[in-house]
Amino acid sequence: MNKLLKIKKGLDLNLAGAISDKSVAVSIKSGRLAVVPDDFPGLTPRLDVKEGDKVAKGQSLAHDKTHEEIKLCSPVSGIVSSIIRGERRKILSVIIDADDTNDEIIFNLTQNPDKGEIRHILLESGLWSRLRQLPYDIVPHPEREPRDIFVTAFDSAPLAGDLLKNPSVNQENIKAGVEALKKLTKGKVYISARENFPYSCENAELITIQGPHPAGLPSIQAGNIKPINKGETVWMLDIVTLSKIGELISSGQYSTETLVAVTGSEISDPHYVLTTEGAEIESLIKDSIAPGDKNRRIISGNVLSGKKTEKTEFLRFPHRQITVIPEGNDKDEFMGWASISPSKLSASRSYPLSRFKAIFSPDARLNGGKRAMIMSGLYDRMIPLDIMAEYLIKAVLSRNIEKMEQLGIYEVSPEDFALAEFVDPSKLELQKIIRSGLDYMRKETED
Amino acid sequence: MKKLRKYIDRIKPDFQPGGRFSAFQSVFDGFETFLFTPKETSESGVHIHDSIDSKRVMIIVVLALLPCLLFGMYNTGYQNFLASGLHDFPFWQIMAYGFLAILPRIVVTYVVGLGIEFIVAQWRKEEIQEGFLVTGILIPLICPIETPLWMLAVATAFSVIFVKEVFGGTGYNIFNVALVTRAFLFFAYPASMSGDKVFIASKPICGLGGTVNFADGVSGATPLGQIATHTEGALRIQNVTGGDISSWDAFLGLIPGSFGETSTLCILIGAAILLMAGIASWRIIISVVIGGLFMGWIANLFATPTYPASYLSPLDQLLYGGFAFAAVFMATDPVTASRTGIGKFVYGFLTGAIAIIIRVYNNGYPEGAMLAVLLMNALAPLIDWCVVQANINRRMKRAKRMSYE
Repeated sequence: MNKLLKIKKGLDLNLAGAISDKSVAVSIKSGRLAVVPDDFPGLTPRLDVKEGDKVAKGQSLAHDKTHEEIKLCSPVSGIVSSIIRGERRKILSVIIDADDTNDEIIFNLTQNPDKGEIRHILLESGLWSRLRQLPYDIVPHPEREPRDIFVTAFDSAPLAGDLLKNPSVNQENIKAGVEALKKLTKGKVYISARENFPYSCENAELITIQGPHPAGLPSIQAGNIKPINKGETVWMLDIVTLSKIGELISSGQYSTETLVAVTGSEISDPHYVLTTEGAEIESLIKDSIAPGDKNRRIISGNVLSGKKTEKTEFLRFPHRQITVIPEGNDKDEFMGWASISPSKLSASRSYPLSRFKAIFSPDARLNGGKRAMIMSGLYDRMIPLDIMAEYLIKAVLSRNIEKMEQLGIYEVSPEDFALAEFVDPSKLELQKIIRSGLDYMRKETED
Repeated sequence: MKKLRKYIDRIKPDFQPGGRFSAFQSVFDGFETFLFTPKETSESGVHIHDSIDSKRVMIIVVLALLPCLLFGMYNTGYQNFLASGLHDFPFWQIMAYGFLAILPRIVVTYVVGLGIEFIVAQWRKEEIQEGFLVTGILIPLICPIETPLWMLAVATAFSVIFVKEVFGGTGYNIFNVALVTRAFLFFAYPASMSGDKVFIASKPICGLGGTVNFADGVSGATPLGQIATHTEGALRIQNVTGGDISSWDAFLGLIPGSFGETSTLCILIGAAILLMAGIASWRIIISVVIGGLFMGWIANLFATPTYPASYLSPLDQLLYGGFAFAAVFMATDPVTASRTGIGKFVYGFLTGAIAIIIRVYNNGYPEGAMLAVLLMNALAPLIDWCVVQANINRRMKRAKRMSYE
């Protein structure tokens, strides 16, 4: 059955450095890779390896403190070269030097695995950590059964690549993935896709989605298809992870290969790179940076919700994209607030000439100072959920648990607020505020 | 530009903590960010930000106020020339007169208001907020031209301190700062804020204009003032020399009144700028107008000699007094208005309706727009609370329904 869902709120940003549909993927093997525990919110990592250990692909590097069965596994075979720690010995990243042995853990399954077996293999292989749950937008708690599972088949973020081009995505894997997930929930598996989705999804509800970003976020899709209520849990993942689950179930192997879109105005020819999860950024972009001497910002992910990284750092999860834009802190702009230049990117109509320009190359400047919330109704135009965004933000800032709950904190993930953060003339850090609210809620209600 | 940048970079260390002028750090930052877009880049969250910031928002409002300001200058000169019995109306002399009449008022409000803002910003160790850029121009526009400067200074200081800064600064105030300034003047110095003489500049400035002799059959009463004091006979709205005022005059704004409020035409131009830039809420403007028309129609339906203003047609109600100005520039202040979509409609409608109720049924206050907006400022949080509560109830109901299934 095919349902149509039209999303009206939101915004598509037209940025320079988009990837062309015909781009052919270059295969790049990175010698250094890393797993960054911070990419898996909700986990408190405990190491299973130490520096100098030899690890196989799929071997556990760390597990969660409270739910020991949740594991973060090595994407390649190699040697743990270093473990970077931050303040209070927090584990920042586990770095692995790849070797050529191709040691790999193969997971054996019975012909028709049952629920327990599927859960076990997802946890053992590390794929479980690739799932997210609402409430809280964290790695799912293994003891909770999801009400429904939401799979997004497209990335609507600025400059994002096509998820369906990923080599793991094929009919067989989708089918096996849906079958496996079906056994983990009493509810439905929803797959949300753009029009002309080329695969059939028996056993799943296929929803066709129209509308601008953030229509591709599973939390937005969930909120519009079947909102989450207090006490309920849903899972969210993308079609690539779904396919990898299918692949794991049918072949016993977890493919850590990933297709990365290298994009942005500072990339000379935007293209796809076929590499391994956690690959070093340097290896992925070394020949692609546009000429010119200026400060640049390298982002793992998209410009709205990605992470700022350095060349020597690594591709983070769940990003399937690298964006490079100008940093902008090396140029002076005289009275920028009074500008009538058409190259100013703005969702507001206060830069009238910008409407005649099709593509923008913004830099990373805030373009203003931080202020109190002044303009009203702006956030709501960017968030296609039945949420009073301003009031939720205020409830979070005042740490009012009851209000947060009433205003729907369980239904949101920080990324839902990214566009609102972009348009905000007061330059408030909305995603950070929401994440702090989610963490606070979890701490207060779960202990 | 390079030279200016270099100069600023050179003197910057003096203003940092520990520097010679560290007591002026906020002021320095204010000027630096005014001249050059800050280089600060995003640390968390989104990596690109919209080009709009609060400076841009405020400057667009100031831009939208310019037609009213310019027309106010012309009208002030024109009224003086007319009332003092001059027969020629040379455009530039009129403009020069109006400019000289308003300049000290604008300077006084900005110096007093911005001075307080600078001090508070430094004291709080914050950046200077831009809110007063708009407030400072609004205050002279909504006051009678003859308001004494010292009163303007006292009232501005009172509002900036007790209406804005004690609540936390721009973005946290409950009441519109400019309107409280006017209300303060109105209640503290009623004689200087209403009546027949304050709305017309009566003395020559730098040799321009003439002296107005009010005893000589000249009345500077505003149309609404004339209506409120009307006792019997047919109502005739007159200009300073006793000629009739048509609705067209009122639309253009060549009538006595507060400096920038008289011209509905210029206010409409301002409204167009605000709406095209997406700064003011169309929901509020439209619903204030609808509220005013509706209440004006009701009042007109039950017109009675007890309340002479009830004889005005609903459209005239919009043209006279500060109604249009309040609808476009006062009610739409995003900080003090309703913040929810539906709330804005309710807030706007009630503002418009209450303005007409006060104007028609309370002869003590010829104009109700100011008090109506202030009253609705106080009620806006309540309206929003109801709208938010509806969202909460919807969510709670959904949760309950789910748990039964």
